Amino acid sequence: MNVGMLYSRIRKDEKLLLSELRDRGHEVTKIDVRKQRFNIEQAPPAFDDLDLVIDRCLATSRSLYVTQFCEAYDVPVVNSPDTAEVCADKVKNSLALTRAGIPTPNTDVAFTKDAAMEIIEDFGYPCVLKPVIGSWGRLMAKIDSKSAAEAILEHKATLGHYEHKVFYVQEFVEKPGRDIRVLATDGEPVAAMVRSSDHWLTNAAQGAETAEFELDDEARDLVEQASDAVGGGLLGVDLMETGDSYTVHEVNHTVEFKALNDTTDVDVPAAVVDWLEATAAERQEVTAQ
Amino acid sequence: MAECVECGADVALHDDLEVGEILDCTTCGAELEVTDTNPPVLEKAPELEEDWGE
Ligand SMILES: [Zn+2]
Repeated sequence: MNVGMLYSRIRKDEKLLLSELRDRGHEVTKIDVRKQRFNIEQAPPAFDDLDLVIDRCLATSRSLYVTQFCEAYDVPVVNSPDTAEVCADKVKNSLALTRAGIPTPNTDVAFTKDAAMEIIEDFGYPCVLKPVIGSWGRLMAKIDSKSAAEAILEHKATLGHYEHKVFYVQEFVEKPGRDIRVLATDGEPVAAMVRSSDHWLTNAAQGAETAEFELDDEARDLVEQASDAVGGGLLGVDLMETGDSYTVHEVNHTVEFKALNDTTDVDVPAAVVDWLEATAAERQEVTAQ
Repeated sequence: MAECVECGADVALHDDLEVGEILDCTTCGAELEVTDTNPPVLEKAPELEEDWGE
């Protein structure tokens, strides 16, 4: 097949995918989205003869728009624009998880400092303030006291981009110093790892230690449900242990997996490409009918 | 080998260099983007404005 890869940076993750695709004899068309123009009617020449497009744009806005263009051009794209839209925004993410009956941390959203302060006082300390867009644990704040809350809200209101005028406040989950990241293809777990850190942020990008994690039936079931709730695709599902159960924090699209690949015996890029092949075949069948 | 556009130090390149790939200069820490592979050309990588990650 001819796979288009939308990107603006080739990270280790993209290199792993590229070499796996090429090793299997697939044609790969790398598409640097910074150099493209997307006409509302006519697909750019780079899109000719593509069987499937994989969106590997880091920037959320690019990801949101290019996937819509792919759909308009009738080129199958993973992840779909619907999935991207839900995953790119923490509010939509939380609403989708809750709507599907999946345990997720209690969350309140407000649009002004005063209303946000009220939520924080209600939740009690510590609680967590997150930007609605963004990842790698950036700009997230664990709020331990009223004076910290006042300072952070003031900073956000004064310095923040308009997206920071949406105050997303979440209960702090007392996790055992670690959280779980599962890479899944349409709800089927490929591999999972725990990220541990003395710091409350346990993102791999923040230097957390990683180890492979064996999913039990309950976790597998939650991963499948969470994937369905956001429309499926190649996803990173973040869970935390809550004593005898789990809570799903969020589901990420355009997911990184290089840390996971180093952690597990599973050949992650091979599993992803297996899934890409199956997805492309499925889409061709649909078109042929 | 290619030259860091930021500090001029030699940057070691591997065989499977990819256009669009980001390399770190081990001397000055600058992020460099591979804009050509034959011959290898490095430019200063643009800052990320938004992020999404692991
Ligand atoms: Zn340098």
